[in-house]
Amino acid sequence: MPVQDGSFRTATISVLVDDESGVLARVIGLFAGRGYNIDSLTVARVDQARGISRINIATSGTEMVIDQIKAQLCRLVPVHRVADLTKQGPHVAREMALVKVVAEGELRVESLRIADAFRARVVDTTTGSFVFELTGAIDKIDAFVDLMRPLGLAEVSRTGIAAIARGADTI
Amino acid sequence: MNAVSQTTDPVPGTQISASASGAEVLLRALTDQGVEVIFGYPGGAVLPIYDALFQQNAIRHILVRHEQAAVHAAEGYARSTGKVGVVLVTSGPGATNAVTGLLDALMDSVPLVCLTGQVPTHLIGNDAFQEADTTGITRPATKHNYLVKRSDDLARTVHDAFYVARSGRPGPVVIDLPKDILIAPAPYLPPSTQPHRSYRPVTTPDRAAIRAAVRALKAARRPVVYAGGGVINAGPRASHLLAELVRMGDLPCTNTLMGLGAFPASDPHFIGMLGMHGTYEANLAMHGCDVMLNIGARFDDRVTGRLNAFSPDSFKIHADIDPSNINKNVAVDIPIVGDAAAILAALVEAWREDDTRQDRDALAAWWRQIGGWRDIKCLRFTQDMSPGAVIKPQYAVQRLNDLCRESGRDTFITTEVGQHQMWAAQYFNFEKPNHWLTSGGLGTMGYGLPAGMGVQVAHPDALVIDIAGEASILMNIQEMGTLAQYRLPVKIFILNNQYMGMVRQWQELLHGSRYSESYSAALPDFVRLAESFHATGLRARNLGELDGVIREMLAIDGPVIADIAVDQKENCFPMIPSGAAHNEMILGPEHSGRAASITDEGMMLV
Repeated sequence: MPVQDGSFRTATISVLVDDESGVLARVIGLFAGRGYNIDSLTVARVDQARGISRINIATSGTEMVIDQIKAQLCRLVPVHRVADLTKQGPHVAREMALVKVVAEGELRVESLRIADAFRARVVDTTTGSFVFELTGAIDKIDAFVDLMRPLGLAEVSRTGIAAIARGADTI
Repeated sequence: MNAVSQTTDPVPGTQISASASGAEVLLRALTDQGVEVIFGYPGGAVLPIYDALFQQNAIRHILVRHEQAAVHAAEGYARSTGKVGVVLVTSGPGATNAVTGLLDALMDSVPLVCLTGQVPTHLIGNDAFQEADTTGITRPATKHNYLVKRSDDLARTVHDAFYVARSGRPGPVVIDLPKDILIAPAPYLPPSTQPHRSYRPVTTPDRAAIRAAVRALKAARRPVVYAGGGVINAGPRASHLLAELVRMGDLPCTNTLMGLGAFPASDPHFIGMLGMHGTYEANLAMHGCDVMLNIGARFDDRVTGRLNAFSPDSFKIHADIDPSNINKNVAVDIPIVGDAAAILAALVEAWREDDTRQDRDALAAWWRQIGGWRDIKCLRFTQDMSPGAVIKPQYAVQRLNDLCRESGRDTFITTEVGQHQMWAAQYFNFEKPNHWLTSGGLGTMGYGLPAGMGVQVAHPDALVIDIAGEASILMNIQEMGTLAQYRLPVKIFILNNQYMGMVRQWQELLHGSRYSESYSAALPDFVRLAESFHATGLRARNLGELDGVIREMLAIDGPVIADIAVDQKENCFPMIPSGAAHNEMILGPEHSGRAASITDEGMMLV
């Protein structure tokens, strides 16, 4: 019996699909056409031999809406499997970000210090700029970006999340 | 992906010569899928297919006059036979014209394969002549679609498309075929015997859910069965099993618009259609029941009315082939996923095995209450019986029903969309599945005539009648040419009130009788229109002429347009106004003041 209190929850959904043209458009079109939220969406081939790609979607909605999202995804012909990682148990969801900070003097030093605390790597540097590479949960990256803002944050590029269940269970 | 590995090796002797063109391979694949008829319209991109069609006799081609009609005709063929309907259209405008029909089939779960031409692969994306991004445009209008880019994939894709179209919840599938793929040699592969790579819908119901459903139904004091188009899609056996279950449990049964015919209208357990223009007894039974079995219906907004007041105190069992229909609009207590026939067979079996006793006294009281609601006679209307009287549209449909029955012929009814469609649903009695074809989900005006064509092609000896309105019929009137060419004796029974009646009705009830653009001005003379298309035109102006016109129409062995002048002011009742609940029905014009109390929220609903 679905929860009907209308409270929102976030969900991280992983979908295994045939790696064929148009499959991403089907998924995105489904979300747009039915008015579902997409907070993050990533797609990449994960099994070359079987031609399988994995789509990770972070979304939010009421329990009924999230169940609908899963059911609608299952209905797509090239979809092999749909897993609600949030519901199925503990999982890890990670994202990578490249963050460009343009600053000089004390601000530049401070940005480097914070990057160090976040275990971000410097992947490019000039005398006036850094590009930091940072991996982590979404909120960690959000926090890092917020901290960089007064320190000369110039540009952010994020991958969106890759997610997987903890433990021995597979999708 | 490795396309070939999932298909079985070709059986020796079935591989046609390597020099066969893509078009020939396509027809071979269609033949192997049991296709006998294609509804289509030629054009540049599909000329190779038409050339291949010209050189064979296995598949018949019906030339329509507009691509939308080809799709509706294939829907009519599919819905009346249970087979997959096949459409063939050219690229660009051919494909875009087909889109309405495809979405219609998607919403009403009709299995179709639509072959669309496409510009050659090397021109795709170049804005070539008659190029359209067909797979992009049809993605949300189909169950699935394919663009064949390699000759090696052609045969496999066709077989795959038929499997997808007919499996699970049926639906339309598009195969976009670039012209070079149709001309180049292609290998042939027979249908695969392997399970599909990814699409394997659940058809066998969960036993525990079935047992729980039976226990709930047997314990019910006020049960109701609400059966929809899924029962019809599951084949005639599902309808037999539904009748068996309903009679075994002495259960009241209502049908959705799409489900009419799934349960015989003449059976005393039938309480009529439910929903916006459903019967008083069906809607009040839904509102007041304590256990509801929904089989093959989807809690559509036309059925539920205001959701937070829909059947407020019932325990709900929902059986559907499509898991996404469950808990979509209405939260249910027991979900059952599976094919309607398999579910009904399991329910009947479990009913026999379960030793719970039904509360017969409570059931008898429930039937007495339903009897009281029936006594309201919500479908009553007043017809002046003098020969010069104006014909009430309800009476016209009732007489059509009586005289069709009297003729003893196998009768199929199609409709357009609007008031006439609701009157047909209310006053024509459907005893068998697959004999009622209407555009339920999408509500496509112009559906009935081409759908009737498709039915008549599949059932050449049957009586096929399109109950139409004078506005809707003009949306695909060009198909009179198709009727003439193939001598398809479809009867078009126009309830002519000179208005887009349903628009007019809503304007009357909700917009202060400001009949903005709903008058059918400058109508054609339908009698002469019929004659110009080599058909017979008949007209009934008053009650005295009605029976004669119907009898003559039924007697003519050829297409007929019968133009029935009906009361212009008549509205469809009963009616649940938008945003209202089942127990807030308007029973007739005397209650239509109630529509004035519709909230702004209700006004926003369609």
